[in-house]
Amino acid sequence: MRAARALDLSPRAAAALGLFVAVMLLLPLVANAYVVSVLVVVLFSAYFGQSWNVMTGFAGQLSLGHALYVGLGAYTSAALFVHLGLSPWLGMVAGMAVATLAGSAIAALSFRFRVGGVYFALLTIAFAEFTRILFDHFGWVGATEGLFLPVANLSHDDPLRLRGSSVMFYYLLLALSLAALALSHALLNRRVGYYWQAIREDEEAARALGIDVFRYKIAAMALSAAMTALGGALLAFYDNNLYPDTVFAMGRSIEIIIAPIIGGLGTLFGPIVGAFLLTGLGETMTNLSTHFEINGLKQWFYGAALLAIVALQPSGLWPWLRRALGLAEGRR
Amino acid sequence: MSAPLLEVRGVSKRFRGLQAVDDVSFAVPPGGIVALIGPNGAGKTTTFNLIAGAIPPDSGSVLLDGADITGRRPDQACRAGIGRTFQQVKPFGALSVLQNVMVGAFKATADRVAARQAAWECLERLGLAAKAESPANSLTLPERKRLETARALATRPKILLLDEVMAGLRPTEIDQMVRAFADLSRETGLAILLTEHVMRAVMALSHHIVVLHHGQKICEGTPEEVARDPQVLECYLGHAQAAERAGA
Amino acid sequence: MLYLNIIVAGLLTGAVYGLMALGLSVIFGVIRIVNFAHGEMMVLAMYGACLANARFGVDPLRALILVVPALFLLGYVLQRGLINRYIARPDHEQFLLLLAVATVITASLLMGFGPDARNVQLDYAYDSYQLGAVLLDKVRVLAAAGAVLGAAALWAFFRFTRTGKAIRACADNQVGAQVVGLDVKRLYAVTFGLGAACVGAAGCLMLLLVDVQPYIATDYTLLAFITVILGGLGSMPGALLGGVLVGVSEALSGFLVEPSFKSAFSFGLLILVLLVRPQGLLGRA
Repeated sequence: MRAARALDLSPRAAAALGLFVAVMLLLPLVANAYVVSVLVVVLFSAYFGQSWNVMTGFAGQLSLGHALYVGLGAYTSAALFVHLGLSPWLGMVAGMAVATLAGSAIAALSFRFRVGGVYFALLTIAFAEFTRILFDHFGWVGATEGLFLPVANLSHDDPLRLRGSSVMFYYLLLALSLAALALSHALLNRRVGYYWQAIREDEEAARALGIDVFRYKIAAMALSAAMTALGGALLAFYDNNLYPDTVFAMGRSIEIIIAPIIGGLGTLFGPIVGAFLLTGLGETMTNLSTHFEINGLKQWFYGAALLAIVALQPSGLWPWLRRALGLAEGRR
Repeated sequence: MSAPLLEVRGVSKRFRGLQAVDDVSFAVPPGGIVALIGPNGAGKTTTFNLIAGAIPPDSGSVLLDGADITGRRPDQACRAGIGRTFQQVKPFGALSVLQNVMVGAFKATADRVAARQAAWECLERLGLAAKAESPANSLTLPERKRLETARALATRPKILLLDEVMAGLRPTEIDQMVRAFADLSRETGLAILLTEHVMRAVMALSHHIVVLHHGQKICEGTPEEVARDPQVLECYLGHAQAAERAGA
Repeated sequence: MLYLNIIVAGLLTGAVYGLMALGLSVIFGVIRIVNFAHGEMMVLAMYGACLANARFGVDPLRALILVVPALFLLGYVLQRGLINRYIARPDHEQFLLLLAVATVITASLLMGFGPDARNVQLDYAYDSYQLGAVLLDKVRVLAAAGAVLGAAALWAFFRFTRTGKAIRACADNQVGAQVVGLDVKRLYAVTFGLGAACVGAAGCLMLLLVDVQPYIATDYTLLAFITVILGGLGSMPGALLGGVLVGVSEALSGFLVEPSFKSAFSFGLLILVLLVRPQGLLGRA
């Protein structure tokens, strides 16, 4: 209960969260392989959403090129593993370092030159696309032919080398998502979280209260990049093949942002709720479209869902859901 | 004669074709309350912006506690000890009233509990404690002005710059605010520089008045001296008092 | 000599880019909305022209008569019915709204036409003119000519018609415009319609040069942005200048380095412009 209060949760909400975590922990024991693989997609979506939420939801800086960090994390760890045999866990750290550097540089450059709002969003797209094309020609990581990780057919999971079943990745991602939740909550309750939100609401007022807006914006971008890259590394070892045109794609950047927005931008649980809803919707659509042989049905529903949310409930579904379920005592 | 806390020396600012502020100089002593008055367009808010770092002056200097803060960024000016409000209030709409003030309080401390405590104190001083958990964008305009002030106060400034915070208030509310500021200054030694059109507040609160007109200082002195100055009467006070009597 | 040919080809293609970007610039310059569905609208127009060609055997240039008004109507209705409420909302909401519109358009096209590329068969597809040492493709010349005419028509509209002047007034000073009695909502809708019409015309012209496929839309949206930012958001001559610059640099970099590098060059240019001179070459500071 002390933990619940620390998270600003009402008893009801704490119970709900506990139930949710318990269910998620036990699910792979009863569910079939298909369900587990879908849940892995959900968890990836949730985690990427949470990482993006730090920068855009908390600090208010719209990034439309987050695929850049997914790619940097993925390629760095994968390439180091394939070419140098470096452990994926170390490779992950390397990937995070590269992404943090890139994110900080982009932020520093942009904000130094006073590029903000829409222009900044376009800049993030440009950097992602530029990197994609660069990697298309980057021989050491396979260029357009792709980078492939050797898949070892082991009878057991090998978490040290990240070779294993969907279930292993499921638990890794669940842990990561919960860790991201804890981190987000911690940040929101500290000075840095207050400062980020102040910057999001009104930069000029924030400055007048002594906030070094430049530094804090870069910090948000750097953290968001690092978190995203970590997920990217896991993605590389899950998919086992990487192509610049899928990893760095604009489509991926857009996919990353839809779930947290539908769930609730800037909230703690929004990205997670959004991920479940969207993936659920997506899978249903994929099944329907293969059944009815209609191309593009899934996209159509994504577009319609996005339209509905933006038009009717721009703050996202989680705030509404929270009120409807009577969980609203806490702040988030 | 102790050294002044805030010293504005010959600051000027030109915008394209307009000399908004023209060689203005004045000082605020420690614990003093100085009012900057003048008709609209006299350069009051621009002067504020020059002091608080929102705009760099073309010439002149601004000294706070002996240190030269001319042309520093707004956040640097705040860290040096300037707290300011904006004429067009800028609340952090999605945050609660308490959270808004906590943002200010965090300048003085990194600890959330301490910041919360400091924020509460500021809210109580400004009479906003009852609204602490309400979202800032649900406040009325006078309440937003008080929030703005509480927030700036929470940064523990050496001098508080108040930009027309009395506008739109009823006479009883004005008196309450005047009392609050007078108490604040007396109890904590806080210096205040305010711009106002509400003469009731200016006369009741200030120790010293500086009058601007067309960007230039045309007079300064005690409230009584300024109220009698013929130039001031001609260009401003006559108009202002007539407007007040008409119930503006 | 080869360079000259490449540059001229790039110039001609660039004119069409310019017309497409012109639509975007007009929308942003007046309404201050960033139309992330721009490329999708162009692809819609391209499919329209394709359909006209398949059904009625008309050449894309003749299809202009159908497509341009249709796109104008689409833009007008979209702005009036949906987008208007988002003008004062935060950037990311506007972006998402138009992203949603774009997704629905692309998905609808996928459902209706399938993912395979389509094009039009033109009898003059391989004709060319010889101008001194330069060899000009007939399709490129026609496309460029159409683009220039379209731009000129738009310029004349804004310069000489009452509605055009009213729109310019709105762009300069919205509050003032309302005070004077201008129906801002209607003018905004007209403006969006015009922007869509531009992109519709550009689509028909573009069909002379490339194949169409649902997924190329995003690339063209980005291209339109690069063009407009390079030339200066809100500047009509800027959009054309930007288009020409992008067209030429694309052609040259595609030839000098490698075809797949041409977008990298454009993005690099975008980054440079956003950092050094965000108002673009001809935009107001």
